[in-house]
Amino acid sequence: MIKVLYFARLREELKTESEELELDESTADIIALKLKLSARGDLWNEIFGGDETVMAALNQEVAQSDEKLKEGDEVAFFPPVTGG
Amino acid sequence: MMKEIRVQFETLEPYKEIDALRADNKAIGAVVNFIGLMRDFNEGDTVSRMTLEHYPGMTERALEKIVDEACGRWDLMGVRVIHRVGDLDPLDPIVLVAVASAHRGEAFKACEFIIDYLKTRAPFWKKERMADGERWVDARHTDDEAEARWQS
Repeated sequence: MIKVLYFARLREELKTESEELELDESTADIIALKLKLSARGDLWNEIFGGDETVMAALNQEVAQSDEKLKEGDEVAFFPPVTGG
Repeated sequence: MMKEIRVQFETLEPYKEIDALRADNKAIGAVVNFIGLMRDFNEGDTVSRMTLEHYPGMTERALEKIVDEACGRWDLMGVRVIHRVGDLDPLDPIVLVAVASAHRGEAFKACEFIIDYLKTRAPFWKKERMADGERWVDARHTDDEAEARWQS
């Protein structure tokens, strides 16, 4: 299993804070995971399949989209940050 | 090097933090601090309240990394980065970056570096409340430019 977290505007729009997904071909890396999520349609497709900037983190570090996922990984998706 | 990094729901008291940073260290000759405050005005609208969300765990790691990089670039004696989360009202301090060094040059540069990197790399998100609703604050292009200056 992998854990997927959503923050800020994504969490609100998708009405999802976190979920667990099976680790398989559809979650092999971050690009694949985004495709899987956008296939859910509607807002999921708008957010993960469109031009929106969505940042990804893998195990709490900013991640590139081709990074491979493994059992127990924590992936997070969020909009560009606005702290400070 | 005294390093303190905190993310807190409690009110931030910048001057207490700055005093603590430099307490009892007679070698410190300069303290430079940046205090980010909540404004009641943004993008042409009056903002009555703000909520700050963060990614617990990643936030602290990201801040650690930024502070460590600053310590690698400049000769520093103390760094304190404290960031608020939760609900904030206008006038409330949002963030404190305080840097102590022997001479001012190092502290000035490191302080600006840390806040510039924090703005683009630490996972915090602001949501503003206005009279007619709420909105998430959009990231600013000028913050990316500010960060990029340090990369040459």
